Amino acid sequence: MRDTFVKTLVELAKIDKNIELVTGDLGFGVLKPFWEQCPNQFTNAGIAEQNMTSVAAGMALEGKTVFTYSIGNFPTLRCLEQIRNDCAYHKANVKVVCIGGGFVYGSLGMSHQATEDLAILRALPDVVVMAPADLVEAEECTKALAKYKGTAYLRLGRGGEKRIHDKIGNFEIGKAIKVHDGEKIAVFSTGAIFEEVTAAYEELKKQGYNPAVYTFPTVKPIDKEIIEKVSQEFDLVVSVEEHNVVGGFGSAVAEVMAEMKNKKAKLLRIGLNDEYSIRVGNQKYLRQQYGMDSNSIVEKILKEPTNV
Amino acid sequence: MGHWTSEQLAWLIRRHGIEMTHLSGGSHIGAILSVADIMAVLYADVLNYKADEPKWAGRDRFILSKGHAGASVYAALAEEGFFPVEELKTHYQNGSRLSGHVSHHLPGVDFSTGSLGHGLSAACGMAYAAKKDHDDSHRVFVVLGDGECNEGSVWEAALFANHFRLNNLIAIVDHNRMQSLDFSENTLELEDFATKWKAFGWNVIEIDGNNHAELKSAFKKAEEYRNTEPHKPTVIIADTVKGCGVSFMQNDILWHYRFPHNGWEYDGAVNELHNARPAGVEDPYTPNGIQNPVKPQSTDDIGHDHTFTSTWNTSYPETMRRVTAKSGTKEPVHCVVEEN
Repeated sequence: MRDTFVKTLVELAKIDKNIELVTGDLGFGVLKPFWEQCPNQFTNAGIAEQNMTSVAAGMALEGKTVFTYSIGNFPTLRCLEQIRNDCAYHKANVKVVCIGGGFVYGSLGMSHQATEDLAILRALPDVVVMAPADLVEAEECTKALAKYKGTAYLRLGRGGEKRIHDKIGNFEIGKAIKVHDGEKIAVFSTGAIFEEVTAAYEELKKQGYNPAVYTFPTVKPIDKEIIEKVSQEFDLVVSVEEHNVVGGFGSAVAEVMAEMKNKKAKLLRIGLNDEYSIRVGNQKYLRQQYGMDSNSIVEKILKEPTNV
Repeated sequence: MGHWTSEQLAWLIRRHGIEMTHLSGGSHIGAILSVADIMAVLYADVLNYKADEPKWAGRDRFILSKGHAGASVYAALAEEGFFPVEELKTHYQNGSRLSGHVSHHLPGVDFSTGSLGHGLSAACGMAYAAKKDHDDSHRVFVVLGDGECNEGSVWEAALFANHFRLNNLIAIVDHNRMQSLDFSENTLELEDFATKWKAFGWNVIEIDGNNHAELKSAFKKAEEYRNTEPHKPTVIIADTVKGCGVSFMQNDILWHYRFPHNGWEYDGAVNELHNARPAGVEDPYTPNGIQNPVKPQSTDDIGHDHTFTSTWNTSYPETMRRVTAKSGTKEPVHCVVEEN
């Protein structure tokens, strides 16, 4: 996913000389294509995320479209106030890019796991929050954000994600994407956990269920229209995210559903159950341990009384 | 270049500062008074700007990173024609554009501040963007507080500015040696401050920051450095006195947060300023000063050393003491305490 991001950004930056990439000393072997092909639009700001983010704001206020780049919580929580005061409040054209949303850096430990970022960034006014599900969405998000004037957060996986979507027509910030039509059960997901959702979908189909599947590449602004429509037509809405269930994508869905007058669906939120990961293991292992791998998703859905 | 001389503008900033904090009950008059001369020289003699075209591309960029001294930049902007002087009285009030800390929702303000340690980085970004565009039409100025230099992000930015050779960036530190609770040196030792900046690769100019002649020659020297030492950013360490211009506010930590209340505090400040008024300036609030001013009584809390006396300093750990000083004086405050 990060390679797709870099490849896409290189193509955009070759055409738009105002695009700048600023890294917090990360991206070994990954950002090379960018600095080789767009050397004048690349900066290593060093291991200093607070400064990097305010520098990006200053550059953006002078007309640049600035992508800041780092991993885990470093480009977000480490410099949250710089994003809030200097980028968002000034509506500065800064795109904060995080590699490693969720459990990507599994074995590296809790410091490197970004599991509250969506909630925290979503709470900032004037910040668009995006988490692409696969390589196709990653490319579309990058293109859309390069065009978007304002502050945004782009949460990426790392490597090894697949192309799951064939292609996406009419990609738009703020719009969910329908992957499968279905009945009774509708599964919403954001980010790279989509691969687990896809496997869960296959399993549910085998067992005779027919769930609908939507991805939400944009967490903020959330696609209220789709959530409302689905909540009126389906019995169960399931939100899946590689993130704390508090405040993140599932909460955004819950906020919409809670304010609806006539809804049919109950909501089931699947994600990290308000805890830090203390176990050691790779992304796949941690998803299993914390109940968001495909088997856990299937189990949790089938436990819901509304569907049995 | 401004409408006023720097001396006139500095006086106006001080007078507006007293009125604005008095009317609003707002804090930070000490900082407003210490930075007034820096702001005045910048807006009268140094910065290029067009008051009727605040976003003019060729303007020098300016960030007041110590955003709590916001009244000083508001007063300078209003007096130089960016918005009506009358509006200054709305500072802190419901519905005003003039928040206590600097807001960019006002013409002439390039960047909002208020949380310390952001301004130098943002200024770096502005200067860096100009460098990338080979745009030599303007410079970037940023005023920091010395207490603000406790923030680690200031030193991240100091590294960045040197590394990227931002010689179009000029930082001025309002070195009034005091911060919220105490002298800076008793909080987190900053000295040798100039050597720190030098070690980070900066040109350093040290001056009396309440002296206009020294300020003007410092800015000239900074301009020279741009050509003679083009690989370095420049910092002007402006030694100032917190509360400068009102005797009983000088070097007294009380006036970091306290505002001039009705009675001797307001009357005394107004009349001291009134008597020090430069030629060609009218006092916009009290044209004739205050007749029969209220005078402090023997029981009033004036001239006391709030930084060190029991009224303020009951339980401060002695191990952190690095300097001693007297309030209400312009004398040097730095008598380093001998360590045992």
